[in-house]
Amino acid sequence: MLKTMASLKIRVNEHLHTISAAPDTPLLYVLSNDLQLQGPRFGCGLAQCGSCSVLVNGVETRSCVTPVSAVEGKSVTTLEGLPAWYAAQRKLASTPDLHPVQQAMIDEQAVQCGYCFNGMIIKASELLAKNAKPSETQIRTAMNGHLCRCGTYPRVIKAIQRAANLMAGTEVAR
Amino acid sequence: MKNVLRRDFLKSGGALVVGFSFRGALDGQQRGSTAGPPDPKQVDTWLAIHADNTATVFIGFAELGQGSSTSLLQIAADELDLDMSQIKTVRLDTNVTPNQGGTYSSASIQRGGPQLRTASAEARLALLRMAAKKLEAPVENLTVAKGVVSVKDNPKQSVTYGELIGGKLFNVPFTGSAPVKTPAEYKVVGTRVRRNEVPDKVSGKYTYMQHVRVPDMLHGRVVRPRGQRAYGAGAKVLDVDESSIRNIPGARVLRRGDFLGVVAENEWDAVRAARQLKVSWDSGPTLPGNAALYQQMREAKTADRTVKESGDVEAAFRSAQHKASQICRGPYQSHAPFGPNCALADVKSDSALVLCSTQDVYGTRNSLSRLLGMPVEKVRVQYYEGSGTYGHSCYDDVAQASALLSRLAGKPVRLQFMRWDEHGWDNYGPAHVGEVRAAADANGNIVAYEYQGWQHGWIGVETTAQLTGAPISEFPAGAVMGVSALNCGGMYAIPNLRLISHMLPAKDYLKGGWLRSPLDLSFSFASEQAIEQLAYLAGLDPYEFRQRNITDPRWRGVLDAAAQAAAWTPRRAGSNRSEAQVVTGRGIGVGTHLASYGAAVAEIEIDKATGHVRAKHLYGAIDAGQVVNPAFVENQISGQLVQTASRMFKEEIKFSTTGVTSVDWNSYPILRFEESPEVTAVVVQHLDQRSTGAGEEVMAAAAAAIANAFFDATGVRMTEYPLTPERVIAALKSAA
Repeated sequence: MLKTMASLKIRVNEHLHTISAAPDTPLLYVLSNDLQLQGPRFGCGLAQCGSCSVLVNGVETRSCVTPVSAVEGKSVTTLEGLPAWYAAQRKLASTPDLHPVQQAMIDEQAVQCGYCFNGMIIKASELLAKNAKPSETQIRTAMNGHLCRCGTYPRVIKAIQRAANLMAGTEVAR
Repeated sequence: MKNVLRRDFLKSGGALVVGFSFRGALDGQQRGSTAGPPDPKQVDTWLAIHADNTATVFIGFAELGQGSSTSLLQIAADELDLDMSQIKTVRLDTNVTPNQGGTYSSASIQRGGPQLRTASAEARLALLRMAAKKLEAPVENLTVAKGVVSVKDNPKQSVTYGELIGGKLFNVPFTGSAPVKTPAEYKVVGTRVRRNEVPDKVSGKYTYMQHVRVPDMLHGRVVRPRGQRAYGAGAKVLDVDESSIRNIPGARVLRRGDFLGVVAENEWDAVRAARQLKVSWDSGPTLPGNAALYQQMREAKTADRTVKESGDVEAAFRSAQHKASQICRGPYQSHAPFGPNCALADVKSDSALVLCSTQDVYGTRNSLSRLLGMPVEKVRVQYYEGSGTYGHSCYDDVAQASALLSRLAGKPVRLQFMRWDEHGWDNYGPAHVGEVRAAADANGNIVAYEYQGWQHGWIGVETTAQLTGAPISEFPAGAVMGVSALNCGGMYAIPNLRLISHMLPAKDYLKGGWLRSPLDLSFSFASEQAIEQLAYLAGLDPYEFRQRNITDPRWRGVLDAAAQAAAWTPRRAGSNRSEAQVVTGRGIGVGTHLASYGAAVAEIEIDKATGHVRAKHLYGAIDAGQVVNPAFVENQISGQLVQTASRMFKEEIKFSTTGVTSVDWNSYPILRFEESPEVTAVVVQHLDQRSTGAGEEVMAAAAAAIANAFFDATGVRMTEYPLTPERVIAALKSAA
């Protein structure tokens, strides 16, 4: 039987939102339609590609198959909230305009159509939070669940390496 | 649900109107209020100068992630003597931007560049004439920098473009006669300006088509079988049980003929209604299936055409020292854009506005006009970038379907295809069978060559229109649908050559469409392996063999560039083989699409036990004449190399006699991070040559290089791609 609409409270980018939705609604539709966010986006609806990825309590999660009710009481971070998430994590005095991974994607001009880059950036941010200096093999393994149709993989790998250096202070933004 | 106005939208009189905020209104008439295309013979159609001394350039090409919305501005900036910070462009819109033809065949810079260059030059000349009057100095004594015109020997005497014309129309005809700058005068063309749209794309500020919402709209989904049948068969509804979605009160079924969709205020309601609706479809067999495909293609009645014939091919074959032949098969492959296509339509009784990711706003307007039975000037189409489409994916189909749903619902409808809609109802790059023979004399000169190709063409009617009852047709025949005189031996000096194209009836096969570098991977997979066999028979290094047989200096140049990048050392192919389980090989190839020159080198690794093949490093070089932004072209080459690896190792549309079964990323795998090659991209710059395309011209070369590297490593010629583990093991086994 169809689940009926319910009032749900979800925390997204450190703001608490009260939304009305069927509890089994995938989080992605709530983020796109109710919260008008443009970071997470529909790619497959099957958790196969990674274009809808968000961080849930810091863990990369496919919002297209995650029921909105499952993130109640948790903290959701989208592409838009990454700089603030980074600032909080690193205890920075102020929030930068961009997360170092975002900056590195610009510096490497890694993007083509850019549609997959939401997931690329979310996943790379999760990786670098856990492993400040990943090897190329570790990067490839961590990123393997994220697809790109344009073939930007080589530049994304370079950008993640650059972001690690930006975070370590051994490289500056261009 | 809240109705929040999205960034570009204004609500006005119940109609959706897109608000363009021109800094400095154009005198009198608001651009965008009338149906286009604007008159291409007027300078005002191409650009506007604003009072703040900035310019808006109107471009008829779509930004697809290739950077052309930046590089076309580089051309205009140089001709206008403006900084890149002073110049911008606007969204493609049939009421606003000129009709430069579609964004096909890597034409943005090739075809669009010269138009913008001459229009900008004409505008600059008009501005100089105005300045001459104002400054009381002859035009020859004036100089311009950053939109400030000054007198050469008295720089204090100056006036800005903005002061001369800001906000007003030029009213000057575009004659194309104003002199353009020489390459020596370029300041911005040829430099590595960064792409304008990248910062927004990485921060979540970029509005992709999939993000656009408007007030009072409904969410739509189409309901179709998961996976198409033969083009001619379409889909046939036998029965619809509307009661099957009764528990989703917000959802409605809409139907016209065999076109079926659902709409709902809530997107999730539309998604689950489309999934849950019980429909009985005619599911009879209409296709050969993968198993019988190539046999059917070879045995079918075809329309044959001799593409090119020179010399006496048969006599040359008879007397030649070395002879080689190769029969190759290439699969259907999908565009599979990363985000399924999406469109938003507001169809009223007397007008329609459709937002979509078409490669050609004016072409889509025509097809919508036919579908809706509405004059073209009543239909307005606007472009929003979606995900990389690489050709004719479902963008037209989704635009038509959204328009039809909007008409049936009486409200704006946002239609997002699901993954299986996009994968299963794509216009695939057609399958191909190529039979090639080639011969060389004792000195290693190619003396004879024959290529025969079997393939069908492209659809002429979108699925939506077809399902409503429109008769199907084929896309008007063109050179790019049959055997290519460029890729099938065209780069070599061959005295006796024959090319024959066998066209199959499209209706009996999967829907076909142009997929990045159409058919070229298949052509070069066959052709360049046959050429390589001759090199082997002549005992020559494959690079040296090609040098010997290429006389065109630009083909030679690009071949040399790829070989140098890869530090190619001469040896005969297959001379370095090993008995190890994992072996490596290297190969070289040349190819193109319609213009430009491409060459590639591949270094690959094969696990003979598992059959797994991986490209370790791909090198690609292009000569595309004048390259406006080498960094963008390097990124294009890099993407082409990775995508070619994906298409050569992974991609194949699977289908049975009753329909396509490749409907997502599991059933249609593409290359992943762990399999991605290293890439080296080389641009052979010729600022003095006319620009030609750079979005697809390295793929054929890379496909050839991969196939030849496989032979180098194993001594085995592959005859069918993708080189999947099953195929590789079977080929190695049968050769052993």
